[in-house]
Amino acid sequence: MVETLVYPLIKIVFVLTGVLITVMYLVLLERKVQAWVQVRYGPMRVGPHGVLQPLADVLKLFVKEDITPVRADKWVYTAAPIIVLVPALIAFAVIPFGSTVHLFGQTIPLYISDINVGLLYIAAVASIGVYGIILGGWSSNSKYPLLGSLRSSAQLISYELAVTMTFVTVILISGSLSMVGIVEAQRKGHVWFAFLQPLACVIYFIGALAETNRAPFDLPEAEQELVAGFHTEYSGMRFALFFLAEYANMIVVSSVATTLFFGGWLRPFPNVAALRFLDVVPSWAWFCLKTFGLLYLFMWIRATFPRYRYDQLMRIGWKLLIPLAIANILVTAAVKVILG
Amino acid sequence: MSEAIAFYTLAALILGFAILVITARSTVHSVLFLVANFLFVAALYALLGAQFLAVIQVVVYAGGIVVLYLFVVMLVNLKRPPEVHKDPHRRSRLAFVMACVLLAEIGAIALWGYARPAMTATALATPMTASQNVEQVGWLLYTTYLVPFEVASMLLLVAMVGAIILARRDL
Repeated sequence: MVETLVYPLIKIVFVLTGVLITVMYLVLLERKVQAWVQVRYGPMRVGPHGVLQPLADVLKLFVKEDITPVRADKWVYTAAPIIVLVPALIAFAVIPFGSTVHLFGQTIPLYISDINVGLLYIAAVASIGVYGIILGGWSSNSKYPLLGSLRSSAQLISYELAVTMTFVTVILISGSLSMVGIVEAQRKGHVWFAFLQPLACVIYFIGALAETNRAPFDLPEAEQELVAGFHTEYSGMRFALFFLAEYANMIVVSSVATTLFFGGWLRPFPNVAALRFLDVVPSWAWFCLKTFGLLYLFMWIRATFPRYRYDQLMRIGWKLLIPLAIANILVTAAVKVILG
Repeated sequence: MSEAIAFYTLAALILGFAILVITARSTVHSVLFLVANFLFVAALYALLGAQFLAVIQVVVYAGGIVVLYLFVVMLVNLKRPPEVHKDPHRRSRLAFVMACVLLAEIGAIALWGYARPAMTATALATPMTASQNVEQVGWLLYTTYLVPFEVASMLLLVAMVGAIILARRDL
């Protein structure tokens, strides 16, 4: 009873708290990175170098007035931010943050659950989040949110295909659908899948940028055209939920990329005995390091690239990424068959 | 015991949401209840140990097809009142006949199940563990059911080509 109920609950609380705190500081990091790129300081006033800025932001969002537009569909308007946030959070259930830790004389695996269909679970959960965005825009009963949500859902559906196809290539070479199994396959194969599947890795990363509505694919919230896109009418805590979901999704896609392509919790070159001194760093720290590297890449790209036009976005998705991903699957499968 | 509680809770939720789908005034609410319904059906599959089927149910139905429903419902003007048919009871008569056929079918399946309880015993002779679920499904699809599987994929291809031809006038 204790093992099946209490331990997972403790882990869930731990992971959710960790994710929420990370999201708060990710926002600060993003503002700082943007500022450094643009030769500014960024937030400096609240706490030394602005380290308490996230707390001030949260406090502000809590006490802000919560406005529901007249003639908005009240139920759907309330449900939309929740529908966006919940999938973003439950995706963490299958992400392996590390191998094991020894605590109080017990060996604890650093994941909430290792189900046999972990990778498909991530794809399934991600496909549910779209509803929140569509419904948030529709229920606001306002022009800009509706346009933003239509753009966003079209974008998410298009890029989801390419991203899911990169999953197929990873499944082909690892022979496992479980997230832990994929990392183990990389340990046994002595190589990160990013080197075996560079094309899939690049396609996944571009798709992940588009799926999280990040620059240069941030058309759903293009400020110059749509005010703020699908969450224009939202304020206060409900807006905060959308914001939270966006950053939680960034962490999810980065963690998945780390697991699939960059060896998850493994240290660099796990087969080289000469580098054994690297084991001093615990496995979860390697995972965090890699994930934060990718998150930094997200921010770097946002500060560097201009936004795509809508037709360019669709062309990249349908005419470039999806055919390349299909070709990649065919080549990978053929090579696997030839090599036995 | 806990399995039975979970089953009856899920079954009640599935039926409840199914009723809400057909009674909701707003079409968008209907579609949302349909999503909830599909999610609980997926949970039922998970309860039966069919993890793969559960996840595919969410990906294909809840996450894929119903999104398209939602698009259509949102973009088509639903404010227009429905046209009055010459025979307003035509649909309810048809519905009554369909309901009778379905009921007969369910009854037949139930009777079949009572008449041949040995079948479940043979099926359980080789218990399928949850960890092998995906392998088992894949193995069956590519050996025993290879022909239906490939025919289904051809059918989907034909549907896709047809949709493209319908959408593009200048071929």
